[in-house]
Amino acid sequence: MLKTRVIPCLDVKDGRVVKGVNFVDLVDAGDPVEQARIYDAEGADELCFLDITASSDNRDTIFDVVARTAEACFMPVTVGGGVRTLEDIRKLLLAGADKVSINTAAVKNPDFVREAARKFGSQCIVVSIDAKSTGPDKFEIFTHGGREPTGIDAVSFAKQMVEYGAGELLVTSMDRDGTQSGFNIPLTRTIADAVHVPVIASGGVGTLDHMVEGVRDAHASAVLAASIFHFGTYRIREVKEHMKAAGIPVRED
Amino acid sequence: MSVAIIDYGSGNLRSCAKAFERAARETGFSDEIIVTDDPEKVRNASHIVLPGVGAYADCRAGLDAVTGMVDVLTEQVIKGGKPFFGICVGMQLMSTVGREFVVTDGLDWISGEVVAIEPSDPSLKIPHMGWNELVLDPAGKAHPVLKGISDGDHAYFVHSYHMHVTNPDQRLASVSYGGNITAMIGRDNMIGTQFHPEKSQKTGLTIIGNFLGWKP
Repeated sequence: MLKTRVIPCLDVKDGRVVKGVNFVDLVDAGDPVEQARIYDAEGADELCFLDITASSDNRDTIFDVVARTAEACFMPVTVGGGVRTLEDIRKLLLAGADKVSINTAAVKNPDFVREAARKFGSQCIVVSIDAKSTGPDKFEIFTHGGREPTGIDAVSFAKQMVEYGAGELLVTSMDRDGTQSGFNIPLTRTIADAVHVPVIASGGVGTLDHMVEGVRDAHASAVLAASIFHFGTYRIREVKEHMKAAGIPVRED
Repeated sequence: MSVAIIDYGSGNLRSCAKAFERAARETGFSDEIIVTDDPEKVRNASHIVLPGVGAYADCRAGLDAVTGMVDVLTEQVIKGGKPFFGICVGMQLMSTVGREFVVTDGLDWISGEVVAIEPSDPSLKIPHMGWNELVLDPAGKAHPVLKGISDGDHAYFVHSYHMHVTNPDQRLASVSYGGNITAMIGRDNMIGTQFHPEKSQKTGLTIIGNFLGWKP
């Protein structure tokens, strides 16, 4: 049976972790690779790096992070943040990433997703959709960390991205992100039910029950979280035990 | 001698090479791991690995575009009996024919065809992506490369097409995803995995280590 994936996300800036685990004695808590090793040992099913490096001068730091992670962790690694050109994707894949997540560039130029999927294969193209509820059964794409509305309907956009070759969608509930009040279930479920590719639920996780809701109620194939792991609120094993108790199949090796 | 991972422009080979290096270290295997598009280096290798991501036809075209590579593969694997490991689309290319978008001839080393996954439950997502539990076939239970692997061990998959193997003795393992999905194939000196051993943590490293020590 296919297992539901639990994916910790590490926010990385200038090659250093700004949001990662801080519950253990790390020699270098800011080293993304050391953090990746911990998640690997804890049973993470995949790993996600979100590069939030602002300065273009430092953008190459992520390649070194990915390359060193690929030497230490033998599980799938997705990298998002600032993926704008085919060359960005090529460099990340060559460094050792398995998938890249495309966000703003997909909103600005949907054809970029088509080109990327054609060149590198759908299996490595994740489209990251940041959306909010803007009315009953109305979901809109937002950019710039949820500040800028785009007027684009999130469900239509999701379908378009899959048609263009996205192999997976990362749906972030921007109206829940950072609130620890749970996923936007209607948003995530509407998209998950509308497309044939896997959907990863993200944004707003504060409790173990939220993880269960993401799968059971929002029909996601995977759940992604950063803060609850970063602040040590929960360990990956606790999440999996709780999901298992709720009847969701998880990998426990 | 060396282990040659064939580079024919299909996807990222770094993590594949790193996993082989790690498994080699752990099993005391001293041959060098090389990533190469040079048929001569493949000819001189002790073990040959064919990875692959993307579409069947694209991978076949990519392999054909490396002058002399298919000839050397046939010579070394079929006639020479060298240990061979196909991964993901690299495994699929061992089949007779691929039916992804267009009909494409495979290497025809293991009789069978590669077709779209059509789960019995339409709510199951395609691609089949994530960790699934291996179920070993009788041929797999006895296979040296699967030593230490048991039913229920997890491997990481990402694919939308899968292989129907004509001769059941040549299927080594399967997984369940709205029906049976071929997870591993093999005969004589060749094996192939639909899953990614380089992404399958301990299960994957064990299989790679066994392959490196395999004397078919």
